Amino acid sequence: MDLFEYQGKQYFAKFGIPVSAGGAADTVDEAVKVADAAKYPVVVKAQVQVGGRGKAGGIKLANNADEVRLHAGNILGMDIKGHVVKRLWVEHASDIAEEYYASFTLDRAAKKHLLMLSAQGGVDIEEVAAKDPDAIVKLHINPVEGLSEAVAKKAATDAKIPAKALDGVAKILVSLYRCFTEGDCDLAEINPLILKPTGEVHALDAKVSLDNNASYRHPEWDEYRATEELDEREQLARESDLQYIGLSGTVGIIANGAGLAMSTLDVVNQVGGSAANFLDIGGGANADQMAAALGVINFDQNVKSIFINIFGGITRGEEVAKGIVEAMSRVDLRAPIVIRLDGTNAEEGREILAKAGIPESKLQSKPTMLEAARAAVAIANGK
Amino acid sequence: MAIFVNENTKVIVQGLTGGQGKFHGLRNRAYGTKVVGGVTPGKGGQDVEGIPVYDSVADAVKATGADASFIAVPPKAASAAILEAAAAGVKFIVCITEGIPAQDEAKTFNTLLRDYPGVRLLGPNCPGIISPGKCNIGITAGEIAALPSAKGPNVGIVSRSGTLTYQALYELKQQGIGVSTCVGIGGDPVPGTSFVDCLAEFQKDPETHAIIMIGEIGGSAEEEAAEFIKANVTKPMSAYIAGVTAPAGKKMGHAGAIVSGGKGTAQGKMDALRAAGVKVGLNPTEAGSLMADIVKGLK
Repeated sequence: MDLFEYQGKQYFAKFGIPVSAGGAADTVDEAVKVADAAKYPVVVKAQVQVGGRGKAGGIKLANNADEVRLHAGNILGMDIKGHVVKRLWVEHASDIAEEYYASFTLDRAAKKHLLMLSAQGGVDIEEVAAKDPDAIVKLHINPVEGLSEAVAKKAATDAKIPAKALDGVAKILVSLYRCFTEGDCDLAEINPLILKPTGEVHALDAKVSLDNNASYRHPEWDEYRATEELDEREQLARESDLQYIGLSGTVGIIANGAGLAMSTLDVVNQVGGSAANFLDIGGGANADQMAAALGVINFDQNVKSIFINIFGGITRGEEVAKGIVEAMSRVDLRAPIVIRLDGTNAEEGREILAKAGIPESKLQSKPTMLEAARAAVAIANGK
Repeated sequence: MAIFVNENTKVIVQGLTGGQGKFHGLRNRAYGTKVVGGVTPGKGGQDVEGIPVYDSVADAVKATGADASFIAVPPKAASAAILEAAAAGVKFIVCITEGIPAQDEAKTFNTLLRDYPGVRLLGPNCPGIISPGKCNIGITAGEIAALPSAKGPNVGIVSRSGTLTYQALYELKQQGIGVSTCVGIGGDPVPGTSFVDCLAEFQKDPETHAIIMIGEIGGSAEEEAAEFIKANVTKPMSAYIAGVTAPAGKKMGHAGAIVSGGKGTAQGKMDALRAAGVKVGLNPTEAGSLMADIVKGLK
């Protein structure tokens, strides 16, 4: 789950990372109120999860309440690359002496944490990486050992951060690493990390991506989930705990396992169709989950056929079959189903489907993935 | 021969009294796997259809001489279960648990590396391992795996995705090709066992004559495998990479399956494998028939 800048800053603050005084605002009046409290000058920033906000006019400096009113009015409702601005972050404008870059991620190849640190911040770090790779220090951290302030300071020295900022940067790195590990982030990034003329080091932006698998130990994440940008289909799927991603095609997909679901999308594409979604009902899917999955697919008006692709391991064929029969009795499915059922208890499942007396115009069973894909695509394409 | 497991492997099931552990543990036993015990704290002395349950892995190992463990416990308990098994002297650990936080996974992996370097972890979030006719640890439906033939050629399978592992087994069975061992390494960001680990074992295994590899988008494990294949693998290979049509920036279910910053695309992985001499199919069926062609050439 990706956080908005304002949420990222609030998350940073929990781990003692200094951020500017400010607040979120959904209306012009709220923006003025926050600005008054943060003290002028302030920066009014659009809260959208897309790069290039500044260039699009989504970030403005305001010296007084009238200017806040003007800019907040312009930015709220603005469309930035397809993202409509519904919320602002208003914070006290910082004086900047220097701009750095810092981030923590997991390096999957090394199976270690990775610190990236550069004295050249404030710009696209991938550009820095391309033009001047030596300007970025990359340091692997063993998750068992963690990051000490001494090691952080050494990294900062290697990154050619000036002496006056070394202690401040090292402290923030240690806090940011705590945020990354204890805070269960996939990514914790500060760009720019600024040095003020007064000598303090400070996070001017926040990019935080949280690991959904850890949500069970972070009840505080509920408020972030409420603001996630999901379409209606994705919202419905979330309520049923389904792994769903909305796409724009006409073949609704239900598969068990992420790999098989991805592969199902690929095969549908190869035989001339397009998928309406990615949906993994997961390992151990039962009748209720199958019924819920069909409900989500049925909600999508673009769907012309439904391809259920199940290869049972944990998922049991008879459960899948029961779910389909139950769903068809509960919901009036608009599109016909093509199913391919194999693996654990697949025969029992096929028997349940055969005995349910569902007409072939509503449900057909195919022996292989390719044949099922062809049948589903033929229906979707009106052939 | 087979890799990692064989007909003598003795397995305990951590979480045998839970729903998943019981269902799959009993299925593994029915397949012929030596399932010698189960572990559930507080339930020592009970049994699950004749399989004795112990309070701890140490107790179970002491009583049964188990050398492998099958972990089917919830995400919250999985890391501790893995480390408990390692501490008790279990050398091969299969963890099927889905949904373990990445931070826990990274910590557990590096703890094993530091404190128990001789222990191999398969998974988490993996379907397990099957050496047809000998040993099945995990959730694979044993009947879909073709037995290896004494004369060969037999194929080794390594896959990142659970259901695509079954699909690969199924395709080979349709083609009448025997399987030496099938390993599902799992789709999480920090798998205990990598493609490269499995490829190295398959290359050494005299019963494996060719290898199928099933990858997916995200990360760089397939690219690393391609480098390894180029330098070290002489056995012929076919491969399939899932996620050609996956849009960038969207996590495709598996925590590890995401194309970000133009990296980890299916196309990049297929190109790397092709450059290493691997025959790449555009769907699992095609990877299966490419393997059938390879096997014909070996006969």
